[in-house]
This record gives sequence, C-alpha cells and structure tokens, in this order.
Amino acid sequence: MARIGVFVCHCGSNIANTVDVEQVADIAGQAPDVVFSTDYMFMCSEPGQNLIQEAIREHNLDRVVVAACSPTMHFRTFSGAIQRAGLNPYMLEMANIREQCSWVHADKAVGTDKSVDIVTMAVGKTRWFEPLFPQEIGVTRRALVIGGGIAGIQAALDIADSGVEVVLVERSPSIGGKMAQLDKTFPTLDCSGCILTPRMTEVVQHSNITLHTWSEVQEVRGFVGNFEVDILHKPRYVDATLCTGCGECLARCPWQKIPSEFDEGMGTRPAIYRPFPQAVPNVPVIDAEQCVAIKSLVEDPEREKPKCGVCLKFCPRDAIDFRQQPTVTTEEFGAIVLANGYSLFDPTAYGEYGYGRYPDVITSIQMERLMNAAGPTDGEVRRPSDGKHPRSIVFLACVGSRDERMGRPYCSKICCMYTAKHAIMLKEHDPDVQSYVFYIDVRAGGKGYEEFVRRAQEEYGTCYLRGRVSKVYPEGNHLVVMGEDTLMGMPVRVEADLVVLATGVQPQPDAGDVARILGISYDSYGFINESHPKLNPVESNTAGIFLAGSTIGPKDIPESVSQASAAAAKVLGLLSQPSLLGEAMTALVDRSRCAGCFACEDICPYQAIERVTLGYGRQAAEVNEGLCKGCGLCVSACLGKVITLRGFSDQALLEELNVLLLEPESA
Amino acid sequence: MPETSFEPRVVGFLCNWCSYAGANLAGTSRIQYAPNIRIVRVPCSGRVDPLFVVKAFQAGADGVMVLGCHPGDCHYRDGNYYTRRRFTLMHAFLTFLGIDERRLKIDWVSAAEGRRFAEVVTEFTEQLSQMGPLSTQASVQVSAGGDQIRETVSL
Ligand SMILES: Cc1cc2nc3c(=O)[nH]c(=O)nc-3n(C[C@H](O)[C@H](O)[C@H](O)COP(=O)(O)OP(=O)(O)OC[C@H]3O[C@@H](n4cnc5c(N)ncnc54)[C@H](O)[C@@H]3O)c2cc1C
Ligand code: FES
Repeated sequence: MARIGVFVCHCGSNIANTVDVEQVADIAGQAPDVVFSTDYMFMCSEPGQNLIQEAIREHNLDRVVVAACSPTMHFRTFSGAIQRAGLNPYMLEMANIREQCSWVHADKAVGTDKSVDIVTMAVGKTRWFEPLFPQEIGVTRRALVIGGGIAGIQAALDIADSGVEVVLVERSPSIGGKMAQLDKTFPTLDCSGCILTPRMTEVVQHSNITLHTWSEVQEVRGFVGNFEVDILHKPRYVDATLCTGCGECLARCPWQKIPSEFDEGMGTRPAIYRPFPQAVPNVPVIDAEQCVAIKSLVEDPEREKPKCGVCLKFCPRDAIDFRQQPTVTTEEFGAIVLANGYSLFDPTAYGEYGYGRYPDVITSIQMERLMNAAGPTDGEVRRPSDGKHPRSIVFLACVGSRDERMGRPYCSKICCMYTAKHAIMLKEHDPDVQSYVFYIDVRAGGKGYEEFVRRAQEEYGTCYLRGRVSKVYPEGNHLVVMGEDTLMGMPVRVEADLVVLATGVQPQPDAGDVARILGISYDSYGFINESHPKLNPVESNTAGIFLAGSTIGPKDIPESVSQASAAAAKVLGLLSQPSLLGEAMTALVDRSRCAGCFACEDICPYQAIERVTLGYGRQAAEVNEGLCKGCGLCVSACLGKVITLRGFSDQALLEELNVLLLEPESA
Repeated sequence: MPETSFEPRVVGFLCNWCSYAGANLAGTSRIQYAPNIRIVRVPCSGRVDPLFVVKAFQAGADGVMVLGCHPGDCHYRDGNYYTRRRFTLMHAFLTFLGIDERRLKIDWVSAAEGRRFAEVVTEFTEQLSQMGPLSTQASVQVSAGGDQIRETVSL
C-alpha cells in the first residue's frame, strides 16, 4: 500500500482565486492511498517545503503530489525537498492546476472541478511510481574535435589550453580549412594566412593536442562521457616520423601537372604534394590515383620494385613508403566537437552562366586563389583564358543561394561580404579595374559590415546592379553579361573580361554520413541541427556532442570562432564533472518475455537498444541506459508489451485515464 | 439551445517538450479555452500507444487528442513521424470499430503556440459538443465468409 501525501498550493491568489483549493485538498484526501492532504499559501516557499518534509516524516509518506504550477517550473524544487526528507526524488508528481487550470478558466466551479480531476489523476499515477536511480557514469577527460578548419582549430586550442587532452581529426592532408585558401578577410582586410598560420602551428606544437590529418572518424560508439571512436588513418605513403619536410620530393616528382584541389584548379601540383607551402603538418602525401609507383604496385602486388620511384631515390630520410596500408585506431573520449565545415555550390547547375564552358567564368573561391600572393599566379590576377589582367569584372551574387529552383532557398550570408571584398581588393590591385555586382539584396548585418559594402560602392566605385543575370556568352575576346536592372526597370548588357560567381554555402557532401556516424540529426539541406537554435546553439541533440562553425549553417570567420569557443566551454564544463548522472526515466526490457523481434531497435532514435544472447542462444533486447533518453518510442512499438518506461509506465498512464473516466463523478 | 447541455469529456495526450509547454504558455498568457480537456503528459507523442486511445474511449471519453511537436521538431528527433503514421492507421481502425474518426485528433502544437493550443482545444471541444456523447454501443461491421454481418457490441 502506498502512502501518498497531497499538497495543494494557493499560489497567493493565482490559483485560489479561481479554484477552491480547500475543497480540492478535501476531495483528494479521500482518494485511495492518500493518507494526508492539505493546502497552503505558497508551497514553494521555505515554510511550504518544510510543511511537506514534516508531513513526510510524521505520516510516513512514501510519495508526494504537489498541486501547484507546471513541473517545468518547480519539479526540481519539490523533488529536492522530498529528497531532503529521505524520499527518492522521483516519488513526486506535480499536478499542474495553475498554468493548465486556474489561469485559463475564470469560473470557480469549473476550475475546482477540473483541479480535482488533475490532482486525482496525479495521485493515481504516483501509485505506480517506483524509486528511480539514475546511473552514475564516469567521464573520460579527453575531447575529440572533428574537422580542422578555423572552428575546429579554435575549439581544440581552447580545450587544450585548459589542460584537457584533445585529438583533432582532419580528413585532408593539412588543417586550415577554407580559411587557408582565402586571401584577405572582410571587413578588416587582414591577411587570412597571417592570422591563421600561427594558430595552425600552435596546434601541432601544443602538448595537449594530438593531430591526425589525412584521417577520418569511422565509427562512434558509447555515450556522453564515454565515447569510443574508431579513427581511420589513410595511407600517406610518407613516414611522418622520418619526414623533415624538406620538399625535395615535391620538386623531383615527374608528374607535376595535376590540378590542385587547394588552388581550386587554378594551379597544378605534383603527385606527391602538400596542399600549400604552410601546410600543417609539413609532411607531403602521395596521391595514390596519380602516382605511377603506387599504381604499379596495386596492379601487381608481387612486383619487387615499383615503377618510377623518383621521390624515393631523392628522399634524404628514406621516408617514402609506397606500401603503407590504412590503419584504424580506437580511442576514448568524453566529449566530441563536430566542426566539419561546409562546401560550395556547384555552379554548373546554372547552364546560362557558362561555368565550365567559358574559362573566364570562375567562382569566388577561385578568385581568392588568384588574388593570394602564395597562389598559383603569385597574387597577380590574370584571367585563365589568356593570362591578361582583367579590367572589367562582373560578379554574380546568390549563385545557389536564395533560389528555390536549386533547392537552396536560404541566404548564404557571406557572399555579399566577400564579393564586396573582392571588388575592393581588385581595385587595390589595379586602379583601372571596374567591377559590377548583380545582386538581389545586399545583406551586410555585422559589425562594420554595412560600412564595408558602402566603401566598395562609394570609395571604390563598384557598380551595384539590382537584378538577376539571364545569360553569359562569349563575344570576341570578352564575355557579355545580359541581365536586368530592376531598379531602373531595364535590361542591361555588360562586357566583361572576367565573370565571378559568388557560389553559395552548402553542407559537406557527406554531412549526412557523418551525422549518422555520430547519431545526430541534420536538416533538409544537410546542415547539422542544433539542440535548440536559440538556447543551445552549440549542442547537438545527442548529449556530449557539440557543434562549431559552418557545419550548422553559413557562418563567417568571427561567428565560427565564437561558436568554437562556446563549444569548447561546453566541453570543459562537461569534462570538469567527476561523474555524470544519467537519465533516470529510461526504458527497461523484461528480458524473459522479450521475443527478440527488435522492432524497438529500428524505432530507437539513439541506437540504445542492444542485442544480448541469453541461454540456449536466444536473443533479447536490452536498453543501454547511458544512451536512452526516455522518449518511450520503443515502449509503444513493442509488440509483446515487454518494455516499460520508468516514470511513464503503461500502468501509470492508464491509471490516470481510469481515475478520470471510470471513477464516479466527484460531487 | 439543446435540451441538456452536453459537456464532452476530452483526454489530451501532450508531449512534454512542445505541446505541454504550449499549454503552459496558454496559461502564462492567460488565454481562456474550453475547460473540458484533461491532460496526460507523456515524454513524446510517440509514447502514446494506440491502446491508450482505445482505453480512453472505452472508459468513457468522448474525444481524444494527441498533440506533439511539429513534424521535424520532435525533441527525440523523429518520434512524431511515428505518431503521424500510427494514428493515420488508427483513424481507419476507429471507423472499423464504429467510432467516428473525428473523435481522435492528432495535431502539432509547439512550445511557442499558446494561442494555437487554446484554439485547437476549443475547436475540438465544440465539435464534440455538436457530435454528442460517444455511444458505448458501437456498431461493428465484421466480414465473415464473404457475408457482411452487422452486430452490435458493447465496448
Ligand atoms: C570565397 C570565400 C571568401 C570568404 N571570405 C571570408 C572573409 O573574408 N571573412 C570571413 O569572416 N569569412 C570568409 N569566408 C567564410 C569562411 O570560409 C568560413 O567562415 C570558415 O571557413 C568556416 O570555418 P569552418 O571551420 O566552420 O569550416 P571549414 O573552413 O570548411 O573547415 C572544415 C574542415 O573540416 C574538415 N572536414 C570536413 N569533413 C570532415 C570529416 N568528415 N572528418 C574530418 N575532417 C573533416 C575539412 O577538410 C576542413 O578542413 C569566405 C568564404 C568563401 C567561400
Ligand atoms: S517530443 Fe514532442 S512529439 Fe516527440
């Protein structure tokens, strides 16, 4: 037999005005198993809480119903109070007679009636309560950061600076991300490399950071505080422990004409390469698809000597190893930061702009490489077709942004700004340049951003034309851009030496796969979802996995960095706890009755269902309490009704219905 | 005026994260709505077992609501997609049982939609008032051996 105490709150006049609280307490006192019932002015106040605690002791109560406000408001207050009086904190139910009754019904008789129902339903529910004990889970004091762009770098440094060990996994040969490709950065125009490279160096030199480039996260198991991660190390074919980064191999490689990914095809690289001279780590990789030596070994693994092998001959340290194999290591972490960044829209989708057909139609990121002093043209802007300095340059904004047709209805946020930056920089490079920008709206929200765009217009004489472009075509040795000026209401025709497409921001092509590996969710475009867009902007909806930078959506550098620091703070907060309390209201399988259909396995959003083998080889489901969040999806999906949800069992919920509907109407 | 004023008994299963919070917001904003609803808080709309709905009708509810987060917003990612699918089937099942399918309402109310919560509840209650009480004598059509047999069963 349960011994239930009911405590009805007046909440000053908030409840008492429209609910006869004394009557509610009276009637509730007659409900089965209720041994004590009373009302009080402010239950949440200290005397109110004392009253509850005294009643628990005096009447030997084993469960408590507080009829007051919403549990979101005061569940913690009262569960703390009953815990201090020696009860399990989960032996409490709140009957919400304020938000869901007294505040929404003016008639006192109606309000009283409804309150009685709410309270007796709560009483019925508590009869099925059992003490709950959240699991105490240990915390591995190590963090994993996925993605070595500016966001990942910042997060790794912030965490490592606080004395916590960090592993940074980057899938390309070097860290740096898109920022490493940029020339100058808006709105201050400081050189991207000058502010980025010191950070990159700090990463390799930091005693708390282990850097794995050319590596990927393959599988993640476990849960908050206790992740187990398989990291795939792709073969570099260069022994990083031997390589000194002298670069001899790069110059000697006979295969020099491979389009450079880092230069966005504007320059070339050898088959053994580092993406850019300041790459971190300064260890080259061999492109297995282009290297004749590796290809010869793939074709005939038995062969003694590979073809070519020039780099091998010239390497002073014997660091080249054509037979390197991929390896997988498994490491443990307490928290994970995902900072895998973004990719850019492929503008060939707009056939009318001629990208891919006309060499002098390029993208903005290609423009960054052309302007970059360390780029393929040493910072001299020359157009791809004939190497001439362009004088008339046309920018097309929103290529793959704000366009339903392309499935990209959102604004990419950074393009207006980097386009203004390009217009300014080109004029700085060559005062004879005239730039035109076709735009829909100029969006320059940010500190100093609007002023920056105005400078591009007023000081640098950039001609902004509001309207879309309908066609780009070659004529003689230039391009003709046909568009519309919607402000003037007339078609415009601009002759251009170079056309630059401001391609929009989109998720990494494999963002969905990464999200699945981590067990986090993403939106219809593929950007990763925050746990709450306003209040939890750097948390994913899986505990212990945090987000930073443009993986969430278009972001500029300042935003990516501040998010990374925020994510680092969250990681440190988590890892500073000696242990964590897991979710108490988790699902529980009655193994002996489980038929092993695993309908629960498919429906569980958190992969919390595990298969266990019982005697005679029989398979049954088991809930991993560390992963279970207590949604109860498996409970209602279970065909045999052998799963229950602690705190929300079928019995407890059905009892609420029975009390409400079957019991004779209260007088 | 109807002869006897009929007050339908309404049970609402509300998910904790959106709809229950939306109902709270209706409260804090003091938006008045039909008092008939009695709320059962569940973690997620996907926790609502069709059995609960049947039991509610069986025990005397005139209408049942299942309210959850808007599709795509479920706190547990995709719980409400299961809700949507499950109760689409459930509607057909109710018709089969002889219960007007309009007596079961599935809808989405976010934590920001206090006003919408009030509207949805009031509309549903008014509709049930017009429909009258759910007869516990339901007529069920059973198809046996190709013949349509109509029998009256007591729920
Ligand atoms: C043309 C252009 C000009 C710009 N100019 C400016 C400017 O002037 N000022 C400004 O503030 N911003 C500018 N930006 C925006 C800037 O590039 C971004 O804000 C910034 O790069 C975001 O950093 P990030 O770390 O989030 O992403 P990224 O730079 O994309 O870095 C992500 C990193 O993660 C790695 N990665 C991806 N997937 C995985 C995986 N599965 N496993 C491991 N690693 C992975 C990638 O290789 C990459 O290194 C510009 C952007 C463009 C396109
Ligand atoms: S939590 Fe609201 S529907 Fe799942």
